[in-house]
Amino acid sequence: MIRNAVKKIYIILIFIFLYSPIVTLIVLSFNASRTRAKWGGFTLKWYGELFKNKEILQALFNTLFIAFTASIIATIIGTITCISIMNLKKNTRAIVIGITNIPMLNADIVTGISFMLLFISMGLRFGMETILLSHITFCIPYVILSVMPRMKQLNPHTYEAALDLGAGPVYGFFKVVFPEILPGVLSGFLMAFTMSLDDFIITHFTKGAGVDTLSTKIYTEVKKGIKPEMYALSTIIFVTVLVLLLLVNKAPSENKKVKRNF
Amino acid sequence: MNKKKLLGTPYFIWSILFIIIPLCMVFYYGLTDKSGAFTLENIIAISKPEHAKALYLALGLSLISTLICLILAYPLAMILSSMNVNQHSFIVLIFILPMWMNFLLRTLAWQTLLEKTGVINNILSFLHLPTLNVINTPYAIVLGMVYNFLPFMVLPIYNSLAKIDRNVIHAARDLGANGLQVFAKITLPLTLPGIISGITMVFIPALTTFVISKLLGGSKILLIGNVVEEEFTQAGNWNLGSGLSIVLMLFIIINMIISSIFDKDGEGSVL
Amino acid sequence: MKKIICSVLMFCVILSALLTGCGSSGGENGEVIVYNWGEYIDPETIDMFEEETGIKVVYDEFETNEIMYPKVEAGATAYDVLCPSDYMIQKLIDNDLLSEINFDNIPNIKNIGQQYLEQSREFDPENKYSVPYCFGTVGILYNKTMVEEPIESWSVLWDEKYADNILMQDSVRDAFMVSLKLNGYSMNTLDETELKTAKDTLIEQKPLVQAYVIDQVRDKMIGGEAALGVIYSGEAIYTQRENADLAYVIPKEGTNVWIDSWVIPKNAPNKENAEAFINFMCREDIALMNFEYITYSTPNTAAQALIEDEDIRNSEIAFPDLSQYENLETFQYLGSEGEELYNNLWKEVKSD
Repeated sequence: MIRNAVKKIYIILIFIFLYSPIVTLIVLSFNASRTRAKWGGFTLKWYGELFKNKEILQALFNTLFIAFTASIIATIIGTITCISIMNLKKNTRAIVIGITNIPMLNADIVTGISFMLLFISMGLRFGMETILLSHITFCIPYVILSVMPRMKQLNPHTYEAALDLGAGPVYGFFKVVFPEILPGVLSGFLMAFTMSLDDFIITHFTKGAGVDTLSTKIYTEVKKGIKPEMYALSTIIFVTVLVLLLLVNKAPSENKKVKRNF
Repeated sequence: MNKKKLLGTPYFIWSILFIIIPLCMVFYYGLTDKSGAFTLENIIAISKPEHAKALYLALGLSLISTLICLILAYPLAMILSSMNVNQHSFIVLIFILPMWMNFLLRTLAWQTLLEKTGVINNILSFLHLPTLNVINTPYAIVLGMVYNFLPFMVLPIYNSLAKIDRNVIHAARDLGANGLQVFAKITLPLTLPGIISGITMVFIPALTTFVISKLLGGSKILLIGNVVEEEFTQAGNWNLGSGLSIVLMLFIIINMIISSIFDKDGEGSVL
Repeated sequence: MKKIICSVLMFCVILSALLTGCGSSGGENGEVIVYNWGEYIDPETIDMFEEETGIKVVYDEFETNEIMYPKVEAGATAYDVLCPSDYMIQKLIDNDLLSEINFDNIPNIKNIGQQYLEQSREFDPENKYSVPYCFGTVGILYNKTMVEEPIESWSVLWDEKYADNILMQDSVRDAFMVSLKLNGYSMNTLDETELKTAKDTLIEQKPLVQAYVIDQVRDKMIGGEAALGVIYSGEAIYTQRENADLAYVIPKEGTNVWIDSWVIPKNAPNKENAEAFINFMCREDIALMNFEYITYSTPNTAAQALIEDEDIRNSEIAFPDLSQYENLETFQYLGSEGEELYNNLWKEVKSD
């Protein structure tokens, strides 16, 4: 009993640690005063202001657009690449995986700087395209990393059997291989999406004029004091994701599949 | 089989273009001076007192943070893995959930909490307790690092714990091992890959961060990440910035080698 | 897992659908890319400009002159209009990065007071490249409830009584300006012993400093986080409005008088739109709107006359009579070697 109580208390303490800043932000979104430093009473007006603030909405749109596009492209490229990696010789495979791991293991700041130097020397104009290219690049490893284990578990004979039974390679892939690796593909996609969404450092070095994601927008606002609309937006995003998670968790049938994906 | 190999070509080209070439450019800038002549000066610059101090401080703070993360995360992962299976996904996702609140906002919220007239101090003084004074000190930076990177330590350890076959532990028990022995002889060795990958996932971003020190250190504490960032965005000395980045990469490579020794199959990955 | 992703996808699709309305589209008369200080314009004036001219404004912000410069130099983003300070304009001119403004397109230049154009000659000798936007001084903002004695000197920032209650500027030139002035030197000095002394003075001050900040000084002073802060005069009116205990003073050792001006970089893709933008910003009603929003002193004399609040129109802070101060200076560009010297000394201060 005591053991269990200690366990519970420990988990609760960690949760308080993880969630107290988030609660703070949610509380701030109801603060009537413009500055973070003063409590000016309860208000809902920032939620209304938010939908009038074109800059923040544009940044939100950019963020989602980039995260979406980058993670979808990364998922497609990553999954296709996994198929071919499986067929490489052991040494070549090790080299390819090693290179793939670089953006994930390397420091964000070095990755960001290297992209900046590349794009400048290529004479590209910084903007949405440069951010997208860099996001796709650092998203691919997460996809490959979560698809590979599934690929390894795959029984190669099922696919060969499908081919023997007259299925074309593409048909065989989608009917036999794809359903098996799907959980890996999906969790890779989600991981890539989350990483792209939460990235600041790489975007900081590759963004151009007028293209702001939420992160870079917040970073410039930090200096002048964050606009309360930003707190309101974060609260909305957070609550939405929370509600989705609760709903998903209510559905017990999915649980068995979910459990080892992360 | 050849066709399948060809499927990877787009990505191989991509990785050369966007992974290898950019890194070569960092090396090119780092090993040349402004006129383009070869020099090692930018790398040797790390030994200048102001850079060495920043590196030393960053190493110290990130090692402390990694250690704290490990100490906090291991018991947590053990508790999580011993819990009812049905709650697994939910509990693990709870650690991903904070990531949907922007990283900068989360860190900034700590400022509001820790400030002299901040939330925590208001609560403390309401309870007539002495107030905390950690904002703009190295402690605040360590706190920010632990807060931001803890999930990266919990998840791989949790994964490697979840993979342990219960029967192995039962067998050890039957053979007379006590709880401590089971932990030392079975659980710990089997979770080593997870620990190593957790350390990598925490240590590297902590070592190279410039945001956390800026937001929670009041710009009073210069870490090596800040030096590199400022060389690029303010001083405009790309050669020096690249040279210092190469030094940073050395630490990353050392870390990669260590982790590949312990984790040959990449089993202890976050995913 | 499937369900999570499906729901996340749905959420994103719906949001994107809602937001496509604000997706970017160029204006009927092209666009103008503006690179300005953070929170340095009334956003409404941008809307008005877009509506009146049909030119779409792409707006980007920087925190310090030093951050702005490498971006412009690298040319990875071609901006049309910039708003740097005096010494940075000089650096841009020296490095041949600015293009001459065609003043035929800026008839509203007549609204700008002659004395400000005169002052601009220090960095733009022929008034060819720049149009003044805001000006001011740097001084000490203090909280009357936390400070006992009258504040009149920079030396109060070295008073141990206020340990951990002092906010310093986190930019090379401003920080060194305070220290150099305190020691009685010019803030444009290149003398190594003088700079060494200034550096040592700053290192001596470091344990007393709560944080090195840029614009955050505003929030922190309003919240009563610190007793003293080094601040641009333009923030004084805003902060006093939010917290009546705050007061602004120009120290007796002298300080920096600065001008931020609109300039057009050489690689500007839409030069005519840039001139239209600058002209619009010089219109008296627009300058007034901006003044009231950002509270930085405007050199637009026509707008000054329109200010309704008499206290502000005659305010010592907004429109100080600078002739009563001695030792006022404007920053000058010190050449790339001088700049490196300052940068290295500043790094030594910061990493100490």
